[in-house]
Amino acid sequence: MSTGDVVLSVRDLRVTFGTARGPARVVEGVSYDLHAGETLAIVGESGSGKSVSTLALTRLIPEPPGRVEGEVVLAGQDLLTLPPGALRKVRGRRIGMIFQDPMTSLNPVLTVGRQVTEGLEHHLGLSEKDARRRARELLDLVGIPDPERRLGEYPHQLSGGMRQRVMIAIGLACEPEVLVADEATTALDVTIQAQIVELVQRLQAELGMAVIWITHDLGVVAGIADRVLVMYGGRVLEEAAADDLYADTRHPYTAGLLASLPVVGEAGRRLVSITGLPPDPVDLPPGCVFHPRCPHRDDPRCATELPPLREVAPGHRVACFYELPAEARR
Amino acid sequence: MTAGGGEPLLAVEDLQVWFPIKGNGVLRRTAGHVRAVDGVSFTIARGETLGLVGESGCGKTTTGLAILRLLEPTGGRVRFDGDDVTGMGRRRLRALRRRMAMVFQDPYSSLDPRLSVGAIVSEPLDVHRLHTGRAARKARVGELLELVGLRPELRDRYPHELSGGQRQRVGVARALAVEPDLIVCDEPIAALDVSIQAQVLNLLDDLQDELDLTYLFIAHDLAAVQHVSDRIAVMYLGRVVEVADRARLAAEPAHPYTRALLSAVPIPDPPRERARRRIILEGDLPSPADPPSGCNFRTRCPEVFEPCPRVDPALQEVGRGTGGVPHEVACHLHGVTGTPAEAGRAYS
Repeated sequence: MSTGDVVLSVRDLRVTFGTARGPARVVEGVSYDLHAGETLAIVGESGSGKSVSTLALTRLIPEPPGRVEGEVVLAGQDLLTLPPGALRKVRGRRIGMIFQDPMTSLNPVLTVGRQVTEGLEHHLGLSEKDARRRARELLDLVGIPDPERRLGEYPHQLSGGMRQRVMIAIGLACEPEVLVADEATTALDVTIQAQIVELVQRLQAELGMAVIWITHDLGVVAGIADRVLVMYGGRVLEEAAADDLYADTRHPYTAGLLASLPVVGEAGRRLVSITGLPPDPVDLPPGCVFHPRCPHRDDPRCATELPPLREVAPGHRVACFYELPAEARR
Repeated sequence: MTAGGGEPLLAVEDLQVWFPIKGNGVLRRTAGHVRAVDGVSFTIARGETLGLVGESGCGKTTTGLAILRLLEPTGGRVRFDGDDVTGMGRRRLRALRRRMAMVFQDPYSSLDPRLSVGAIVSEPLDVHRLHTGRAARKARVGELLELVGLRPELRDRYPHELSGGQRQRVGVARALAVEPDLIVCDEPIAALDVSIQAQVLNLLDDLQDELDLTYLFIAHDLAAVQHVSDRIAVMYLGRVVEVADRARLAAEPAHPYTRALLSAVPIPDPPRERARRRIILEGDLPSPADPPSGCNFRTRCPEVFEPCPRVDPALQEVGRGTGGVPHEVACHLHGVTGTPAEAGRAYS
């Protein structure tokens, strides 16, 4: 996929939460550029900071206890310095969100129609009638049969796949420049997941949005991403074009994740598991966040110095002191 | 891997679990049934792992619970090592539960938060009066924790102090406490992170070799099921639609649903993933309270044809795979066979 100008530029994003045990450093200096029409996948396990780092883009983090620092530049404007009123004009209008669990992120006491038209009326100033007409078109666009009837229904009357489509319709309603899909297919069965992935890809091609796709599923990422950020312990450990990440893996954590996945048709192969547990954000290890679990922590710097993200090939950055030998790169 | 050859350890025959739907009237008459499991048959040989795969609502978990009689079947039979489990009284059932254990999906809700790890693991020992006496009990708990790769010192911890992977290991240790022959694993890795899933899959694999265990491995993740199972049974809307050994199921799926399911599994390799031809199923799962007549997959099947609404397809053998394992499919594409659709069932 060809990509255009930078639409969103994130620099040194940090999110900290105050806890009884001390500050939890959940996102620790994340930087990336998102280009028009591009799909950027942010991959990581629970607690890696992948979701929080995107919620922080539009300050959807309760402050306090949270604290967001850094720069989030959308079309020349740093969103983190905007007053609340101006920020509200960005949320849903210029950056759309699809959340993971449509059962808890849709309002159970409002009709589907009301939830889709809300943004249209608020952001685009459409009349009730026009908003309703547009909402019908949107439900049709995301493949919901009989949209007129569905507009009058409540979330509990829809199946999981249909609810997720409603979430997508809401995310797309104002034709945002950036769409953030946070584990948008995780709660769904694989056959429904395939429907949703295809839908988002088709809409992206039609509307030319940039998409940030947050997931833990390296299988889904392989099919949709142009570029991938691998996050762990609040940091980006590796960033690469999707093909390079899988074919020329440079970080031991990424290599470990890929080796731990069962693949259909490759049964019988012993899975390589990553030993140990992810780090505690209140008590991050010194040096590289991954070193306590890393099979290659031989360099004395691993335990003392933070490895910088360095470019190892065009567009391929990795935060590691160790050179993964070519045969270990898959 | 074993096929045929002697009595299977577990034989499930035409198992049925229907839940009544109560009406709203004062009499709360039964207004219909949710056919969660609707005529499921399979066998598992000693030392074998059978994978039971399907999407939410297909009845795979209910099947597992009914085998252990944690739910009462409404029809059919379950035989364990030759004994009829379905007709057993409470006393014999209790004895049987020493030989069949279960590992549950969610290690967050299946461990009692008020009990320490040691108490959780020794509870089955209390129930079955095994390893009695303080010293013997303590030694056995330590042994079990070590077996699942936990440090014995963790016995004094509580579930909330453990990670998801550690909790699932406690769940496995609890299942192993009674030295069972069969373990029903219900989505044992679904709630875990990717890097931890591999740890638990490897653990189950090692324990099987070490203790000669037989597994029924229930999951929605076809890649994981294919990884651990010798044979795989695919369920859809309360029925088994296909059974084959794992290699044959992946290479030559014969049921349109299995093909769609396989085609929907993403491959973690971009060129292969982009080249993957997805079979997108239209629509949603029908209600198990009102399943379609005949073949219940026909409302979403891309290859539906004339006999599908009329005839309930029976499992038929369409070939043999590795080691002569029969490959069975319930689909009219391989020859129309089965029983005429029930009169009065929905036609949609």
